[in-house]
Amino acid sequence: MNKVAVIDYGMGNLHSVAKAVEHVGRELGEETEVIVTPDAKLIASADRVIFPGVGAIRDCMAEINRLNVGQIVEDAMKTKPVLAICVGMQALMEHSEENEGVDCLGFVQGNVRYFGDDLADEEGKRLKVPHMGWNKVSQTQAHPLWKDVPDNSRFYFVHSYYVNIDDATKITSTTSYGKEFVATLADDNIFATQFHPEKSQIVGLTLLKNFLQWGGQT
Amino acid sequence: MALAKRIIPCLDCDKGRVVKGVKFVDIRDAGDPVEVSKRYCDAGADEITFLDITASHEDRNTTVDTVSAIAGQVFIPLTVGGGIRTLDDIRIMLNAGADKVAINTAAVNNPEFVREAAERFGSQCIVVAVDAKQVSAEGEPLKWEIFTHGGRNPTGLDAIEWVKRMVEYGAGEILLTSMDRDGTKIGFDLALNKTVSQVIQVPVIASGGVGNLEHLVIGVLEGEADAVLAASIFHFGEYTIEEAKQYMASRGIEVRL
Repeated sequence: MNKVAVIDYGMGNLHSVAKAVEHVGRELGEETEVIVTPDAKLIASADRVIFPGVGAIRDCMAEINRLNVGQIVEDAMKTKPVLAICVGMQALMEHSEENEGVDCLGFVQGNVRYFGDDLADEEGKRLKVPHMGWNKVSQTQAHPLWKDVPDNSRFYFVHSYYVNIDDATKITSTTSYGKEFVATLADDNIFATQFHPEKSQIVGLTLLKNFLQWGGQT
Repeated sequence: MALAKRIIPCLDCDKGRVVKGVKFVDIRDAGDPVEVSKRYCDAGADEITFLDITASHEDRNTTVDTVSAIAGQVFIPLTVGGGIRTLDDIRIMLNAGADKVAINTAAVNNPEFVREAAERFGSQCIVVAVDAKQVSAEGEPLKWEIFTHGGRNPTGLDAIEWVKRMVEYGAGEILLTSMDRDGTKIGFDLALNKTVSQVIQVPVIASGGVGNLEHLVIGVLEGEADAVLAASIFHFGEYTIEEAKQYMASRGIEVRL
C-alpha cells in the first residue's frame, strides 16, 4: 500500500491532483490510497506528501500558519518524499512580492517575484500575465522524477509570480517566458514544480508516477 | 517565445449529452461528454471547455456527475460554464473536478460577483464569458455590445469597457464569443478579438465562427487570440485536433504537439 497525503488547507481545488494520483496509482497496478486532509497525524502516517497551493499567497500563508502546515511539511520533509506544486512551491521560499509582500516558510533560500506588467519576448512583443498555458520545460539536471519525461516537454502553467532561488544547484529545470525562470527545484526529499503535473497530460502523469516510486533521494 | 497557443474544444451539453446548435437552434446530438472529452484529450486538446445548457435546475445534478466523470479521466485543464450564479455553484464545480468556471449572465446581473469569486477562489479559476454583438452600422467606428441569453437580450454594456472592468474585478481569462459569428462557420470576428486582446493583460479565448483550420490560424495571427475555441468542426469529424495543430504549426504558430 502506497499512502499519499494531499495537504488540504482550504485553498481551492485539490481534487484534480487527488484524481490524477489515483489514476497513476491504478496504472502502476499497486494499491494507492490518496487522502486529502489537514490532519497532521494522518499526514505523518502517509508514505509521501503533496503540498499543493492555488490562489493568492497571502491567503495561502494565512491558512498555512493558522493550521500549522509549515510544521507538517517540515516534519514530512525529514523522512519522506514531498512534492510541492505551484503556490505550494512558492510557499517554501523566504518571501513573496505578491500582496504587497508576504513572508513565506523559508525552507528554501530565495524569494518569489512578479513577472512584471512590461514583460516582453525577445522581439519586444508584449507578453500577457498570468503566464497561462503549455510551455517547454528544459531539464537542467538529472533527477528520478524526470524518468521517461523527454527534455523540453510542455507542461501546463498558470501563475503571475516566479521563484528566484539563491542556490542554483537546486534548480532541476527552467522555462522561458520573457525571462528564464525556475520551473522545478529539488532539495533532498522535496521536489517542487511551478507547473501543474496533474493538468499536464502524459508528461505530468509520468512525473506523478515517478513521484509515487521515488524514495526521496536524488 | 515558447508558450503554446491553445486549442480548446468546447462541449455544449444538455442533460448529459453533447449537443451543438447553429445560432442556438437546430441542436444535433454529438455524443457522450466523457467519451468525447477523453478522445479530445488523447488527440492533444490543450484544455476542455464544458458549457452546460441544461435549462432546468433539477438536471444540474447530472452536470455535476458528468464533470466529475470527465475530471477522473482527463488530465488537462477543464473549464465549466453555464448556470454559474453563486459562490456555491463555483465551489460545487471545483469540488467536482473543474479547474476553472466560466461566468456569463451572473456577471452582467451582478458584476461584484466576479470580484467576490476571484477573491474567494483566485483569479486563475475565474473565466468571464462574454457574448458580444456588433452594434455599429457600416461606416461608423466599430462598437460591440454585450448580450445575454444566447444573444437574445441586449444589456446596453459596451463590450470593450466591459471586459476591461471584468479584468479589473479579477477575471483571470476572457472567453470571447461573437454572437454574429457563432455557428456560422465564416471565421472569428477578428476586429473584436484583436481590440479586446490589446486592451487587457489576461489571455483571451476566441470563440464563435470557426469553419476551417485557416480560421484558427487567422484568429491567432490577426485576432491576437491566446487560445482558440471550437466545437462543431471537431464534433462532427470534419477535422481532428491533430490536424488543427499540425496546420497551425505549419503556419509558424507555437503549439503543443
